[in-house]
Amino acid sequence: MHKLNSLAKSPIRWGAIIVGVVVLGVAWIGISQVPASATTSGSIPSPREGFAAPDFTLETLEDETFTLSDLRGKAVVVNLWASWCPPCRAEMPALQAAYEADRGRGLEIVAVDMTYQDSEADAQRFVEDFGLTFTVPLDRDGTVARQYLMRALPSTFFVGPDGVIRKVVIGGPMSEATIRSTVSEMLEEVP
Amino acid sequence: MLPILQVGPLAIQMPGLILLAGVWIAVSLTDREAPRYSLKPSTLSNMILIGLVVGILSARLWYVIRFFDIYLDNPLSFFSLNPTTLAPLEGALTGLAVAAFYGYRKGLPLWPTLDALTPGLAAFGLTVGFAHLASGDAFGMETSVPWAIELWGAQRHPTQIYEVLAAGFIFWLIWEIRRKEKVAGFLFLIFVALTALSRLVVEAFRGDSIITYGSVRSAQLGSLLVLAVALIGMHLLARVQAQESKSP
Repeated sequence: MHKLNSLAKSPIRWGAIIVGVVVLGVAWIGISQVPASATTSGSIPSPREGFAAPDFTLETLEDETFTLSDLRGKAVVVNLWASWCPPCRAEMPALQAAYEADRGRGLEIVAVDMTYQDSEADAQRFVEDFGLTFTVPLDRDGTVARQYLMRALPSTFFVGPDGVIRKVVIGGPMSEATIRSTVSEMLEEVP
Repeated sequence: MLPILQVGPLAIQMPGLILLAGVWIAVSLTDREAPRYSLKPSTLSNMILIGLVVGILSARLWYVIRFFDIYLDNPLSFFSLNPTTLAPLEGALTGLAVAAFYGYRKGLPLWPTLDALTPGLAAFGLTVGFAHLASGDAFGMETSVPWAIELWGAQRHPTQIYEVLAAGFIFWLIWEIRRKEKVAGFLFLIFVALTALSRLVVEAFRGDSIITYGSVRSAQLGSLLVLAVALIGMHLLARVQAQESKSP
């Protein structure tokens, strides 16, 4: 280490090392340039910030067909839940309150029931108990759970008007303020 | 990738757990290193803990200030914690400033303090790599190299593994030279220079870079600047030490 000290002391030799490092560094930065489009992965569907929200089509509790990509142009909250899950139960009123507060500004909430590990009757009762007015699609075969790499309930994905995921919240319960502050930036982009 | 470890009914967030372990390792290493620099271990660990607590609280506070209207409607939500409702950069800066002020008030000498913190910082850097490995953050560009990994819908450079290897090497080197370094501040600046170098190199393979000036990865510009400043700092410290050893 004594060698390094005396090397660092010499203005000429250490100066030459610094210049060399900077020249090599600038060259490396030049080599590793990429167009901005190469690192924004918005076109690949994956359940993560900066990627396209994986699209799905499911039947809802009201026996209608729902497709996620039909909601382009709106700020969308995709929430994965099941009726037996206590934190899902705890955050549903907050989701309903956020929906009522920001619906007029272009907020949509899609609460996908994990029907393949729940029962439709329980899901129906849950929706009635909490007076939920947003769309509740039913994931009967676990397709959405697989697409969204579901590992814990609830899982919530905040999707911008361009269909790109802005934020992912695994676990819960979220408070109304958490939901609304996260949504508020997306709402500004709604045309 | 193992973001969540399911232990019975408990869903443990692995990245957070790994970082927590990193803080613990860093504090215990700093406790061991402090006496070598004639520093009181308790003062150093207090500084780290004060910085962390202030950092987390102020990250929360800055976030609430940003969305003040919403929190005014639901004041109790201030206490509903969630990692997404933090302002990380503002929090980190506030925590650092308060920790530095605490160190200054306690009369901690700047360079020996930084040297004493360095092995802990290097160990923490390694755990950040492991946390990225668990969460799949800091991911790589799409590639067709044979060692590519399938992540986020594509075959990608395993940049988290590059990061762990580089941080592992840096920790090993810092551990080896920590007793031999005689100039105060050198150990810390060597660590800073190597960490900046590793970011400069690994960033080239990242798939989540922020791009400036059309096609330049901004983190590379930042790390090259830090690297150059660290090298200049080493020169200045070496000269000061030479002058001090000449004068009686």
